[in-house]
Amino acid sequence: MFHVKHSKYDVVVIGGGHAGVEAALAASRMCARTALITLTFDGVGVMSCNPAIGGLGKGHLVREIDALDGVMGHAADAAGIQFRLLNRRKGPAVQGPRAQADRKLYRQAIQQAVRSADMLDVIVGEVVDLITEREKLTGVLLADGSHVPAGTVVLTTGTFLRGVIHIGSETRPGGRWGDAPSNRLAERLDDLDLDLGRLKTGTPPRLDGTSIDWDKLQRQQGDEDPTMFSFLSEKPAVRQIDCGITHTNEKTHDIIRDNLSKSAMYGGKIDGVGPRYCPSIEDKIVRFADKSSHQVFLEPEGLDDDTVYPNGISTSLPADVQLNYVQSIAGLEAAKILQPGYAIEYDYVDPRCLDSSLALPKIDGLYLAGQINGTTGYEEAAAQGMVAGLNAACRARGKPPILFSRAQSYIGVMVDDLVTRGVNEPYRMFTSRAEYRLSLRADNADQRLTPLGIELGCVSGRRRVQFERKREYLDQAVSRLGSMSFTPKQLGEKGIVVNHDGTRRSGLDLLSYQTISFEDLLYLDPRLEDIGHDTRVQVARDAIYASYVDRQRLDIAALERDQMLIIPRDFDFHVVSGLSNELRAKLTATRPDNLGQASRIEGMTPAALTLLLAKIRQARRRKSA
Amino acid sequence: MDTIFALASARGKAGVSVVRISGPKAHETVIRLCGSLPEPRKVSLRSLYDQNGEILDRALVVIFHTGHSFTGEETAELHLHGSVATVNTVLRQLGSLDGLRMAEPGEFTRRALDNDRLDLAQVEGLSDLIEAETEAQRKQAMRVFTGALTDKAEKWRADLIRAAALIEATIDFVDEDVPIDVRPEVLNLITGVSTELQKESRGIGIAERVREGFEVAIVGAPNTGKSTLLNYLSGRDAAITSEIAGTTRDVIEVRMDIGGIPITLLDTAGVRDTDDTIEAIGVQRTLKRAQQADIRVFLLDAAGDTPILPPVQGDVMRVAKGDLLANCNQSVSGLTGMGVQTMLDEIVKELERRVASVGVSIKERHRTALNRAVAALKIASSEVLAGEDRSDIAAEELRGAIVALDSLVGRVDVEHILDEIFSRFCIGK
Repeated sequence: MFHVKHSKYDVVVIGGGHAGVEAALAASRMCARTALITLTFDGVGVMSCNPAIGGLGKGHLVREIDALDGVMGHAADAAGIQFRLLNRRKGPAVQGPRAQADRKLYRQAIQQAVRSADMLDVIVGEVVDLITEREKLTGVLLADGSHVPAGTVVLTTGTFLRGVIHIGSETRPGGRWGDAPSNRLAERLDDLDLDLGRLKTGTPPRLDGTSIDWDKLQRQQGDEDPTMFSFLSEKPAVRQIDCGITHTNEKTHDIIRDNLSKSAMYGGKIDGVGPRYCPSIEDKIVRFADKSSHQVFLEPEGLDDDTVYPNGISTSLPADVQLNYVQSIAGLEAAKILQPGYAIEYDYVDPRCLDSSLALPKIDGLYLAGQINGTTGYEEAAAQGMVAGLNAACRARGKPPILFSRAQSYIGVMVDDLVTRGVNEPYRMFTSRAEYRLSLRADNADQRLTPLGIELGCVSGRRRVQFERKREYLDQAVSRLGSMSFTPKQLGEKGIVVNHDGTRRSGLDLLSYQTISFEDLLYLDPRLEDIGHDTRVQVARDAIYASYVDRQRLDIAALERDQMLIIPRDFDFHVVSGLSNELRAKLTATRPDNLGQASRIEGMTPAALTLLLAKIRQARRRKSA
Repeated sequence: MDTIFALASARGKAGVSVVRISGPKAHETVIRLCGSLPEPRKVSLRSLYDQNGEILDRALVVIFHTGHSFTGEETAELHLHGSVATVNTVLRQLGSLDGLRMAEPGEFTRRALDNDRLDLAQVEGLSDLIEAETEAQRKQAMRVFTGALTDKAEKWRADLIRAAALIEATIDFVDEDVPIDVRPEVLNLITGVSTELQKESRGIGIAERVREGFEVAIVGAPNTGKSTLLNYLSGRDAAITSEIAGTTRDVIEVRMDIGGIPITLLDTAGVRDTDDTIEAIGVQRTLKRAQQADIRVFLLDAAGDTPILPPVQGDVMRVAKGDLLANCNQSVSGLTGMGVQTMLDEIVKELERRVASVGVSIKERHRTALNRAVAALKIASSEVLAGEDRSDIAAEELRGAIVALDSLVGRVDVEHILDEIFSRFCIGK
């Protein structure tokens, strides 16, 4: 556990947030000797923004993390106090699990996982420098002067790089409420001459739940039949609660409008770019001036914690104005503010300088994950942490990198978006970002990724056994249904109406019809009765999208072929005559790892891609000759 | 892997035009076009037919097996007669086959490269080639993207992004302040775009007609003076000197230019009830041909007679042998030329009207894109109607339509859709 004298580690992870924890745990699951360096152990697994995990796109990421045996899904299940499957009435491809989490329980579950992990040490301290020898990372230096030798380093500094907190005109350095920023590390990164940018995010004031008039408020309940995050969980672990819903009104808006000039954001004190999907209440009122009311979700932060997170009214107004507008809202007339809302500005590194394993090619052995790469959200951070942790462990062991494809996972979509397109606002996952959305479902994250986890050896025996059993049931069911064959006439006799087109249909074909359920198939063959409920549900989900998945196969094959065509790190795009200057500049800035990434650069044409491929081949041949 | 095809020789009038086909269905395609597969790497003279058995051209056909071709794939080359019309007809026929599509610029080269079929010297020459290809493409795009189509494409783009944004907002931001039922607006947008795309696609058909010529059929009962009128119009004894063998002996074609519009004039067999089997077949073909023509000139024995086919808008009705009539209103005579000019004016006016309605986009590629988009939009609307639980499928079809229109409306990225969502709805609870 806690070490004073530092021996050499394969992987050192800096930061104990969602990215850092998944990175450290992933590396340790890969049997790499790993150290997690954090400012305080208490800070490990803290949810510093809203007390919820999952949602659309985000829930998909959590399932993928779980499929590779990461901790986020388990912790959210252990701490979940209200589970809702979003888009429950829509198709399974766009359903996303979400849960309110008890902050304390979540942190405890994460800390427990960190404590009990093999091969993982926790070091409490502040990293002030990265130690390099000839552009190869050899370790990190702590503020107390001690040196931690490391083969690879994963940097997950979140909002701590030159973090500045704004409340009205009040400004103070800070990485998070109550925590100091990491400025020495930021200065060190300056020396690396990376492209840094400035982003901004905000939080609402935290309210005292006992001062809220809950009886006046509309309630939002969880699902009756809760959907868990982890493929290994069955049901919620703790008591379930409701959230409250209230609305801002004209009076609230007047107060905010009258005080706009006092807002840090509108007073011109903030340069960072904030996310458009998470605007402050000031922003909502200015940009959507015609709306007389906005929804506010009142989310309890825990079972034995009276703090309430009013989701929807993040702000950087002065504390007294915050109290004023909060108390203008129905049900909050007597509300007390426990901690004012604030905006935070921080540095991020342009992720286009990373490769697809989240390594920074400039410094051999350095990986970046989480908000430092311009993303927002616990889930996005955790997923990157996993990618960086797995790859850092592989690199330390001299193994090839583990790359995630857009066709295989949301993790792959996110990493590819980051490293090829960069960000111009904090990056958040949405299902619409995934072009293969119908294949990349939350329900089949294990089918997509657990085999990879088994191959890598990063999943537990329990998961492996359970998954293999599930897959065996699925395979059997698919083969039984696939070998059934009925004429339209035979189907008609059993009351199943299809086009009389003379085509024979299998059980799988029938399941792809919106109107035919697995239970209807039992009329055709009562022996299917022995197929279990979970298997039936999953086979049916797969069948809905079968024709689309088939159609996308060609696209995916082309994509994967292009991904295999690696562009050498030292390839000089300037020597490619025939490319426009604009394209050349874009290629040089983005440095795509492979032809697939190059193809997604704006303005790229098939012809230019062919030329690029030819020049790469030529360069390689010249080299080997 | 798709099978791709393209005109490999320069566009426009030439002695011979070469169409190249590469991919797993190349040889299957040759069999479909000319019935059997010629011996590999030997030039064979074959007739090419469309799916209805109509002849497309007599062409020299060469096939190459996998590993022995320019791209390294199974390929075929069709050496066609070098007329724009012939080449377009063959390209269109190829595009209608399943699994075949027109090659993107540089795509043959790309395949050759993938299969290691280019040597270094060839690679050196590639930049120039691609620059030329890009330039050609740019010029083509400039031609297409002038005037009306640019505005239209802009609108399609905006409407499609909006439709996608509405659906995606209900999917990705279900917990937010977005409208719950966006179906009426989405359907409205999709239907609007789809109707225009169909119009544009039909317009492309007329554009080709402008190049190939419109067909005007002279029809009527036997002995109404059809041949006389044709001969008068052509200014020579067309039936003898300009006879072009059609599918049947009884339809005579004369090509001419009237008012700057290329026209093929068809003289058809007189239509009547007959017991003669051969003549009956001829009459049937005449009727079919006349139906397919762009305009029919009906020669009637007397005013008020019922024409032999139901006339459609734009058809011309004349009383035959006007020289023999006392009242020559709305009559024509091939013998004296009486009433011919007013008849021609009427035809030209009608054709000019059609030419004016021709869409500006003229490329076969665009037509394929338009048709694919229309098909996808059709499914998208039925999925939108099917209800909320199919919105993921509706979104997928809509995305397919947008991708198909890429070359016309420009690439639509998820960021454009998100821009629309965030500017329209107050997201962020």
